[in-house]
Amino acid sequence: MSTLVFLEHHEGTLQKGSLGALSKAASLDPDTAGVVIGSGVADIAAQAGRYGAARVFVADDEQLAAPLPQPRIDVIEALVREHGFDNVLFASSVLASDIAAGLSGRLDAGLNWDLNDVSTQDGELVGSTTALEDTVLVEVGWVGTPRIALFRSGALEPSESGGGDAPVENIGYAPAEHSAKAVMVEQAHEEQTGPSIEEADILVTGGRGLGGPEGFKPLEELAAAMGGAVASTRAVVDSNWYPYQTQIGQTGKTVAPKLYIGFGVSGAIQHKVGMQSSQTIVAINKDPNAPIFTFADFGVVGDVNDIVPKLTALVKERRGS
Amino acid sequence: MKIAVCVKEVPDAALNRRIDPATKQLDRSGDRVLNPYDLHAVEQAIRMKESEAGSEVVLVSMGPNRALESMRKGLAMGADRAVLVTDEAASGSDLVATSHTLAKALEREQPDVVLFGYQTPDGNGACLWAAVAERMRLPMVSQIAEIEVADGTVTAKRQTEFGYDTIRAPLPCVLSVSDALNEPRFASLKGIMGAKKKPQETLSLSDLGVEADRVGRAGSRTTVRTLGDPPSRGENVKIEDDGSGAEKILQFLIERKLV
Ligand SMILES: Cc1cc2nc3c(=O)[nH]c(=O)nc-3n(C[C@H](O)[C@H](O)[C@H](O)COP(=O)(O)OP(=O)(O)OC[C@H]3O[C@@H](n4cnc5c(N)ncnc54)[C@H](O)[C@@H]3O)c2cc1C
Ligand SMILES: Nc1ncnc2c1ncn2[C@@H]1O[C@H](COP(=O)(O)O)[C@@H](O)[C@H]1O
Repeated sequence: MSTLVFLEHHEGTLQKGSLGALSKAASLDPDTAGVVIGSGVADIAAQAGRYGAARVFVADDEQLAAPLPQPRIDVIEALVREHGFDNVLFASSVLASDIAAGLSGRLDAGLNWDLNDVSTQDGELVGSTTALEDTVLVEVGWVGTPRIALFRSGALEPSESGGGDAPVENIGYAPAEHSAKAVMVEQAHEEQTGPSIEEADILVTGGRGLGGPEGFKPLEELAAAMGGAVASTRAVVDSNWYPYQTQIGQTGKTVAPKLYIGFGVSGAIQHKVGMQSSQTIVAINKDPNAPIFTFADFGVVGDVNDIVPKLTALVKERRGS
Repeated sequence: MKIAVCVKEVPDAALNRRIDPATKQLDRSGDRVLNPYDLHAVEQAIRMKESEAGSEVVLVSMGPNRALESMRKGLAMGADRAVLVTDEAASGSDLVATSHTLAKALEREQPDVVLFGYQTPDGNGACLWAAVAERMRLPMVSQIAEIEVADGTVTAKRQTEFGYDTIRAPLPCVLSVSDALNEPRFASLKGIMGAKKKPQETLSLSDLGVEADRVGRAGSRTTVRTLGDPPSRGENVKIEDDGSGAEKILQFLIERKLV
């Protein structure tokens, strides 16, 4: 068996999810390589050896500076064609899922996504995941090679193998005709303003069920009364109702407060992965079938417009303020 | 401009979250609707059509015959026609098989833009567009939250793990849109009445020149091996708000020493 792991990086750091996938791969297959793709990335590549990579391929080219999927598919496709990797592993991200699915299309190779884990059973690679809002545990397999796997974010923790830096092999970059057509006009960079939701003990989270940006005012009042911070979902952030810095989930923050209260949050899997380690989860949603009720410790089927002001008054009363 | 929108009929998600243990597939009985996420792609397509005279919106789907009924919702909103690839042999298709077939159907249309929704409640892959884009060898931009189309160029903003990227791509291209991009319009009565009369074409695999071994279970490169119950999550309490919901939440928080 031989395995290739896509190593995503941002501002000079290899991403935790990728290193988790690498550690996992190395624990199953000693012949595991990593690939780092970008511009000016040669320095960070060798570090992957500490997480189990036997070698690291580096495609370092100015044309690869922007984190766009299609040029990365070119690089990985060429590597797979040349070295015949049996497995190609990705940790989920906006970038990585486009690469993984694009690679699947180019190579006619099976892709299983949203995996929590992989193992080998009788010499075969088996992926495990949960489906339908985590109500069923599913084991999946592949037909033929390469097998492409995309892990759910946060599913795998990196672990240092005790090894040192890995040997690095530079590879060239030859873009496919259509790959260079999409260009980055402005690349995301994290801007931090105000206190981080990651530090709060109590997170009062507003979702699309708040009905609009004005729904956050009463929520801020409740959060202030409880001594907590306000957090949000992607639906809310994408609609410009609340700032990105407050977003919980796969493309937002991972939080583990003592108390999470969700108001009008459906509890989509990409949100859940960012808050499932909360000690206590309370949910208010008018839809009794909302997925969040399957993992809330205490759920109320009701309207946020009724409950938020009442709860705020009650909390204020209790705290004597 | 010719705009193709890939849409899927799905089980009404609120009613149905079960897998049939015999087939290891989602239990597909019960009510069916057009994937709510895809309505945002249909809305975007209609807006693009409205901004350029002589444009056309075509809905493209792969699924069972009755899916045409769900597709009428998109026609009622304002799409011009529907193309459904439907074939017994296509059932059980995974990403490899679905993307192969959809790409064939799209190539037949030669659209300037191919739009996708965000995700499906049953597939949840949120990545089919990438496989289709690669098969068609077109540039792609995914998960778009804001969009501008001018002079044959798309400029789009989308969220990643680090904030928002702005990406530009020339037409023809493949785009997938976030559900925050727009508010899908309601179909007018006239639209609903007119939808039935709009062209609705069904295609078999042989119409598309797709070999039987490239689709369905035969053409798939992934398998479902076993199904089981996930580890239990402990106790979940769920109550109806009868006016005392806020008090009950407070009591619960007091019990857990959280206020
Ligand atoms: C690649 C990818 C990454 C993603 N990353 C993230 C992420 O990081 N974070 C994230 O949050 N999401 C993420 N998502 C999006 C995720 O799939 C959901 O779309 C999103 O979490 C939904 O947000 P929501 O719960 O606010 O909105 P909805 O799903 O629209 O839910 C709103 C809820 O409010 C309820 N409601 C409506 N009105 C009321 C009322 N008056 N009173 C009470 N309840 C009411 C409704 O019943 C509904 O359940 C991602 C998706 C993809 C594809
Ligand atoms: N069978 C299908 N036919 C046409 N389009 C589809 C089909 N399945 C998924 N799609 C499109 O692909 C998007 C992403 O779906 P998924 O990758 O299943 O989450 C959906 O929002 C649809 O636009």
